[in-house]
Amino acid sequence: MTARKFSPGSVLLYGTLALLALFFLMPAYMAVVTALKLPADISLPTAWEFPETLNWASFSQAIDLLRPAFVNSIILTLSATAGSTVLGSLNGYVFAKWKFKGSEVVFTLFLFGMFIPYQVILIPLFQTLRAMHLYGGLPGLILAHVVYGLPITSLIFRNFYAQIPTALIESARLDGAGFFSIYLRIVFPLSVPGFVVTSLWQFTQIWNEFLWGICLTRHADNPITVGLAQLAGGQAVSWNLPMAGSIMAAVPVLAIYIFLGRYFIRGLLAGSVKE
Amino acid sequence: MVLIGVFVYGFIGNTVWTSMTDWGGSGSLALDPEKHFIGLDNYVDLFTGFLSGGFRQDLVNAVYYSLMLLGGAVGLGMFIAILLDRKPWGEGFLRTVFLYPMSLSFIVSGTIWRWLLAPQGGVNVLPTYAGLKPLHFDWLSSTGAVLVFNWQHLFSVLLYVAAFFMILLGLWGMRHDPRKAIRRWLVPGIVVGAATWLFGGLLPDALFMEEEHGFNLATLGIIIATIWQYSGYTMALYLAGFNGISQDLRDAAMLDGAGEVGYYRHVAIPMLKPITISAVIILSHISLKMFDLIFAMTGPDNAETGHPALTMYLTTFRANDFARGAAIAVVLFLVAATFIIPYLVSQYKQRRRG
Repeated sequence: MTARKFSPGSVLLYGTLALLALFFLMPAYMAVVTALKLPADISLPTAWEFPETLNWASFSQAIDLLRPAFVNSIILTLSATAGSTVLGSLNGYVFAKWKFKGSEVVFTLFLFGMFIPYQVILIPLFQTLRAMHLYGGLPGLILAHVVYGLPITSLIFRNFYAQIPTALIESARLDGAGFFSIYLRIVFPLSVPGFVVTSLWQFTQIWNEFLWGICLTRHADNPITVGLAQLAGGQAVSWNLPMAGSIMAAVPVLAIYIFLGRYFIRGLLAGSVKE
Repeated sequence: MVLIGVFVYGFIGNTVWTSMTDWGGSGSLALDPEKHFIGLDNYVDLFTGFLSGGFRQDLVNAVYYSLMLLGGAVGLGMFIAILLDRKPWGEGFLRTVFLYPMSLSFIVSGTIWRWLLAPQGGVNVLPTYAGLKPLHFDWLSSTGAVLVFNWQHLFSVLLYVAAFFMILLGLWGMRHDPRKAIRRWLVPGIVVGAATWLFGGLLPDALFMEEEHGFNLATLGIIIATIWQYSGYTMALYLAGFNGISQDLRDAAMLDGAGEVGYYRHVAIPMLKPITISAVIILSHISLKMFDLIFAMTGPDNAETGHPALTMYLTTFRANDFARGAAIAVVLFLVAATFIIPYLVSQYKQRRRG
């Protein structure tokens, strides 16, 4: 690249980029500004202006209201992420290194589970959980997330394990190591980056999930997205609360994205561009 | 693996069966509800029933919504990727800015965008800061519609659209292989179009009454929010792709006299065709099951912005009409399957070869 200084082209480039960046940041700015206003100061015509007095009370109020849902979400996300990641790693190991006849077909059938609109399994899922007496609580929701998280986690791990030389596995097998001892001694220690990518991906997905949260849990066990939707749902709400709540619901995933963005993007790419 | 077998395929089968029963109404929440097999009646009702106009509006919305989301997110994402590919100052920071919406929940972004698109505030007052008059557009509550057509004429409309695309494909293919383009696309396209025009009156009416459906203007707000959230994603895909193209190839193209524009048009973007295909597949999959964002932005308030995924939830869990909900879900599933199965099969073949 040649160094360009203030040519019309680069002015245009930076101008466009700045405009686009403003468009992308606009909602975030609006959320922060509105959350910091006093309820009485929020009016539609002055929505864009910076608040005269900073009002942090909305945050503590939102925290009070959303605390149970926040805690639910943390329990749900941590356990479902752990479950689906570990199982996904085992699956990926099988699909990458213990190929059996027709394993590619099974894998393709497996991936299909990632692409179905979840509405189509919602009713039987609801019925099954009810029959298992898991409907309404967190365990049922965790189970659903673990099962339907498997296709994507298996996919990421399979692609990751494809890079481990097969010769390594072969020689271990000749030395008499079995399926699980190879996994524990060789594959698992090598898969730390895979675990980071997969669990971050699952974490954000599960944290942000809404459809199952609203359909499969009772009020006391609602995850944060459902709690926020209810907080924002009423017609007469003053907007500072939903905005503060939104920020609260966004902070965990935003933090992941900002500090561990590299891994997050790898999960994103793995979820779409295969091979 | 057994779990996936049961939870994916078993459940799909169960839903298909449910959709053919009359499960619903009072007593439907009993542990062992009464169900009777009624065949395809639910589907017939959804597509032709007097009271199911809402569902047909949803389908029309979903089609417009998917098309505009695809165009918007792929186009904007590609555009930003090309800008960032020139390695401007602050590229890393800008990339973060463009991608952060992707990490947010639809509920979060829906809530914020609903406030931004409030009738007398938010985006509508922005022009006043530049000394202009405020806009008066009902982003989310509008019930106006454009591109309206009568559902009775559904079959002829579909044929016209097919003819239009065939002719378009034919004209586009003229450059490479005129004879094939004419034989395969142009002539059949014109024949279909002309036949529809001449004999369209003979086609059966899709509905016994007149019913108008169109692109609802309030959906526009939802589309903008979705594009905001997902163009960063397509940008990341394309950036990864652009970085994978070797500098040599780029230099070679430049030496051959391709300008910047020519390089992207004739070299980079055709090379990234697989990425475009994945992006289209993933985005249409997302737009088909779009539920959270619409729920948070207009929710059940503005029925005109409905979407099959949302209606499925409302029918099933609010109205307890499980059989109808299942039928809607199966329609969604079939639409999704028509493009996901070919995609997975091609991936599978690639793996076999690779």
